[in-house]
Amino acid sequence: MERRDFLKLCLSSAGGLFLSGFARSSRAFSGEASEKEFMGILVDTTKCIGCRSCEVACSSSHGLPSPNIEQEVWNVNDTTTERLTVINRFSTAQGNIFVKKQCMHCNIPACVAACLVKAMKKREEGHVTWEENCMGCRYCMFSCPFGIPRFEYASPTPRLQKCDLCYERYLRGEPPACVETCPQEALIFGTRRELLLEAKKRIALYPKRYVPHVYGEKEVGGTGYMYLASVPFDQIGFRTDLESKPLPEYTRPFLYSEPLVLIFWCLFFLGLNRITKKEEKR
Amino acid sequence: MRESENIFTFLRKELRPRGNIFTPFNIISGITILAGAILIAIRFIFGLSYVTNLNQEFPWGLWVAFDVMAGVAFSGGAYVLCFVVYILNEEKYHPIIRATILNGLLGYMFYAGALVFDLGRWWNAMNAFIGREFGVNSVLFLVAWHFFLYTICLLIEYSQVLCEWLGLKRVRLFVKSITLGTVIFGIWLSTLHQAGIGALVLMAKPNIHPLWFSEFVPVLFFVSSLFAGLSMVIFEGSISKRVFWGRLPIEHEHVRSHDEILLSLGKACAVIMFGYFFIRLFDFIHGHHWVYLGTIYGMIYVIENVGFVIVPMILFSVGARERKLLYVKVASLLTMIGIIINRFNYVFVAYKWYIPFSMKYIPTWMEVVVTLSIVFLEIWAFRFCVNRMPVLTPMPAWAKKQDEKKSEEAVIPLWRKEAIL
Ligand code: SF4
Ligand code: SF4
Repeated sequence: MERRDFLKLCLSSAGGLFLSGFARSSRAFSGEASEKEFMGILVDTTKCIGCRSCEVACSSSHGLPSPNIEQEVWNVNDTTTERLTVINRFSTAQGNIFVKKQCMHCNIPACVAACLVKAMKKREEGHVTWEENCMGCRYCMFSCPFGIPRFEYASPTPRLQKCDLCYERYLRGEPPACVETCPQEALIFGTRRELLLEAKKRIALYPKRYVPHVYGEKEVGGTGYMYLASVPFDQIGFRTDLESKPLPEYTRPFLYSEPLVLIFWCLFFLGLNRITKKEEKR
Repeated sequence: MRESENIFTFLRKELRPRGNIFTPFNIISGITILAGAILIAIRFIFGLSYVTNLNQEFPWGLWVAFDVMAGVAFSGGAYVLCFVVYILNEEKYHPIIRATILNGLLGYMFYAGALVFDLGRWWNAMNAFIGREFGVNSVLFLVAWHFFLYTICLLIEYSQVLCEWLGLKRVRLFVKSITLGTVIFGIWLSTLHQAGIGALVLMAKPNIHPLWFSEFVPVLFFVSSLFAGLSMVIFEGSISKRVFWGRLPIEHEHVRSHDEILLSLGKACAVIMFGYFFIRLFDFIHGHHWVYLGTIYGMIYVIENVGFVIVPMILFSVGARERKLLYVKVASLLTMIGIIINRFNYVFVAYKWYIPFSMKYIPTWMEVVVTLSIVFLEIWAFRFCVNRMPVLTPMPAWAKKQDEKKSEEAVIPLWRKEAIL
């Protein structure tokens, strides 16, 4: 190959990569990808009485063994491969507060950006779901800021388990199992816009009852699950150190640099060529 | 291979072990590899948790941190030396280029290949390459493709040696003609995936201790792969000297310049490490991170950066200036340990640092055994190749003749051709 051809090839492929980079990134990073609004759930922790019927409903609707909620002692529980959601009890100045824990269904999820085979997907309707074409690299687990995805390490054919916001039920037109079963209406299902409005309305109407913060409005770029509470969120087991910048944004400069490095190397080799030319003349 | 031989008898002859089989090294490594194979079988039959300590909080452990992250950095010597030899035409390093490429190739094949053990759903591994959907926004996707393509690049770069071994004259001419293009492509791939391994942790920002997290992690990983790779070259070179020099007809040129090469590599390491240290220091000051220095993580951070960056850096520069080979060798060993510590920190020590130490991931002995068996297997493969192929030994006469005949076209790099014409 002639030098000129080589450079041409380099530059054109770099240009192509660059353009394709723009095309793909502008779509993936723009959050609300389609006209559809993301669905979500608003959890009002002041209404939850800790009956844990949502845990039972979740397990049965996902075909998982039913949790033994009568006999289990209250301590800080965590979700497992068999429990996609758990209720935890926190004793605070406002008395016992019960907090539901599950996948937050981030607007721009780190786990989805992590997945190299798109097994983890952000659906147009806002659900973050997992599919069987996963290769089990667990980069999604590594990246999730809430430590949510659960991997069946004890199985030779492991699956990844996490709350899917009842995607299948949604397609059938049913609300999520936990929302449907909650006797206290502590959980409400709706579009994020509606839920945020409702949350802000409650905070405005009952300023004594709520701290003026909707957890999940801004955290990591906003999440589908959002919470209201009567005490600061760090007292009831939430991370309060999360920024509002979506995590996939952190890798964006690197992904952009891919074609840039190619161009850089081409220029570099061109420079080397110049230098050696001069030497030749001398 | 001699003209008269047929390929099968030749291969049968070559596959037979050379020398004494029951050396202490062979016995220890053999037992380890056997144990490793059993453990791998257990892992595939029953599941990851029977062999590893991986858990829901710590999805990545020793295998990712050592095999992939550190192993790939150590294999970085190949692209650095390829750049120096083929692009800068620094002939001085030519004698070690083949051993380095071999080392890099085996590194990628074995360490990155060991990733399959870690993949929970390994039967889907090909989905990243021929799947129905590609996660093109994933850094891991980029890294996986680069691993794959770069291994092919290294194979092409190494295939000259294979051709000389097998006596494939026409093929050798062909691979020689595409070597330079491959080298350039390989450097591009390497730059990006060495940095890409660092970029993997960017998204886990909330999970990584602020002392380690930085927007510069990709740069840090790239720069550290430069000196990690060179340290590996130094280390491997001094081991090879012990093991192979007495037994093989090593090239004269190689023997003569060996120490000189190692010393100047040491000097290069010192300079690059200074740059690396500077970036880290800058990042440390810029991030106002001194509040963490009093904590246990602060201590780990200081040990990593003083004990395994500054100290080897000084040793390298003193060794290179005073021409003390021992200093350079010790420094290369320290550097490599430092790289391992650094990668461990990112993957599980400083990862989820808010979790108390008692609940942190600690690798099981089984994970260690599997890792060791991979290292031993790589050494075995390296020894196999060096003993049989013209890696350290001179190339066959016909190959030399080919080079001389083709010297105008083959040796002079692409972009220089025009200058000469
Ligand atoms: S909480 Fe974790 S698992 Fe759920 S969408 Fe966000 S990043 Fe993904
Ligand atoms: S473990 Fe599966 S779902 Fe998670 S990033 Fe890897 S391939 Fe994707």
